[in-house]
Amino acid sequence: MIDRLNSLARKVPNWVFYVFGPLPAAWLLWQGFNGALGVDPVKVMEHELGLIALQLLIAGLLITPLRRHTGLNLIKWRRPLGILAFAYVVFHLLVWVLLDMQLYWDQMLRDIAKRPYITVGMVSFVLLLPLVATSNNRSLRRLGATAWNKLHRLVYPAVLLGGVHFVMVQKVWEVEALAYLVTILLLLLTRVKWRPIGQRLRA
Amino acid sequence: MTRFRPDLRYSDITPKEVFLNRRSFLASAAAAGIMAGSQVSARDFAGGETPNSFEEITSYNNFYEFGFDKGDPARHASALTTDPWSIKVDGLVDKPGTYDISDLVDEAEIEERIYRFRCVEAWSMVIPWNGIELSKILNKFGPQPGAKYVAFETLVRPEEMRGQRRGGNIEWPYREGLRMDEAMHPLTLMGTGIYGEPMPKQNGAPIRLVVPWKYGFKSIKSIVRISFTEEEPPTTWNMLQPREYGFYANVNPEVDHPRWSQASERRIGDGRFNRRRDTLMLNGYADQVADLYADMDLTKFF
Repeated sequence: MIDRLNSLARKVPNWVFYVFGPLPAAWLLWQGFNGALGVDPVKVMEHELGLIALQLLIAGLLITPLRRHTGLNLIKWRRPLGILAFAYVVFHLLVWVLLDMQLYWDQMLRDIAKRPYITVGMVSFVLLLPLVATSNNRSLRRLGATAWNKLHRLVYPAVLLGGVHFVMVQKVWEVEALAYLVTILLLLLTRVKWRPIGQRLRA
Repeated sequence: MTRFRPDLRYSDITPKEVFLNRRSFLASAAAAGIMAGSQVSARDFAGGETPNSFEEITSYNNFYEFGFDKGDPARHASALTTDPWSIKVDGLVDKPGTYDISDLVDEAEIEERIYRFRCVEAWSMVIPWNGIELSKILNKFGPQPGAKYVAFETLVRPEEMRGQRRGGNIEWPYREGLRMDEAMHPLTLMGTGIYGEPMPKQNGAPIRLVVPWKYGFKSIKSIVRISFTEEEPPTTWNMLQPREYGFYANVNPEVDHPRWSQASERRIGDGRFNRRRDTLMLNGYADQVADLYADMDLTKFF
């Protein structure tokens, strides 16, 4: 069963992600321009795009634990998922800059500096930049697997800050946002290498 | 101190055809009813700006009693029973008691006023309210000299208000308050309707506060209790986040809010994506109300 799924997964070419992945964004934009997103289409677009970005980042974090615990190997999907997640972060940011803040640059800059949830979101975006820049085979070869892997651990704080950003955007504690943050924390916990206490003391 | 221009009528501001065409919702027979209401004299307090459509005003609401999403109130407020409706009046008044809404709202006194409405979330609308000056209602109770503040509470009825059944960290009932001079100010309205229609449930039926120079959360909805107090009453958002929401909550582009820049706002219905514009001091009502705060540091009493 797992083997069949694995061979099936291998057959999905990467272009499938790049062609179909942006469709939800295009659909949102189309609806926004055609008045199908209600009274404040900007907020809907902003929210949905950010949420999809977070979901894609979480999907990327799921791949390793899935392989470890079920044998399901989707490692081939991790790069397109990551690149797509970054694209959605950029869409989310563009909606904020162009449609929400409408190029009020001085206010945007002040917001980035002064409003913690915007600061947190922006830091998350910046952390993703070196990752997307090195998400290609050439960079992998140039950096070497060890350094490349180390660099790409930046995705952990980036996703965490993304989840915190989502919780902070809400005016009250909202179950949905908290559920995302808890999911992220659990997935990050699977990355912690638990060593016996004695060993840690010696290290 | 106050500068009223009661000479403008609703029809002066928006030609009937434009009003009818603003949104396609008016294609139905319902339009006739809404229009009939709007032809009573309407006083413009929004500098001649076109009011938002009935659809916009009734589909984009913050009314957490029905859910956190702006569409939740329109979706779920129909469950609310608004008849019968009574308001409990207590505290420092000569005539405390429980009043039926019909004892407080004299239909003949209802007027239409077009006010700007500015949410603390940095969006805004222009709304043609129907209502009565709050002072006219409060004076019926005989406020005592010791009463320095008026506190308001929203209905708590979890069976009908699904937002009260779950989640969030809000301690119901929703509470708001005004200083006595703010409450007695002629701009402060007890709202009973919009566009000549009875107050839609998602907008706070059957009766709500309208304080146009303050952020929208001060304009408490579906009021069931009015208390006259000597001390500043606790208010819901201030209880939740005292750093973010003050008791006064006056619209002020110069006073920073930790969460939103208040220097500008997006006007719902202005262009496809709600054009951003600079926020006016006291939401454009500084001429009328700035005196109330003459000796106060508004950065401290935000």
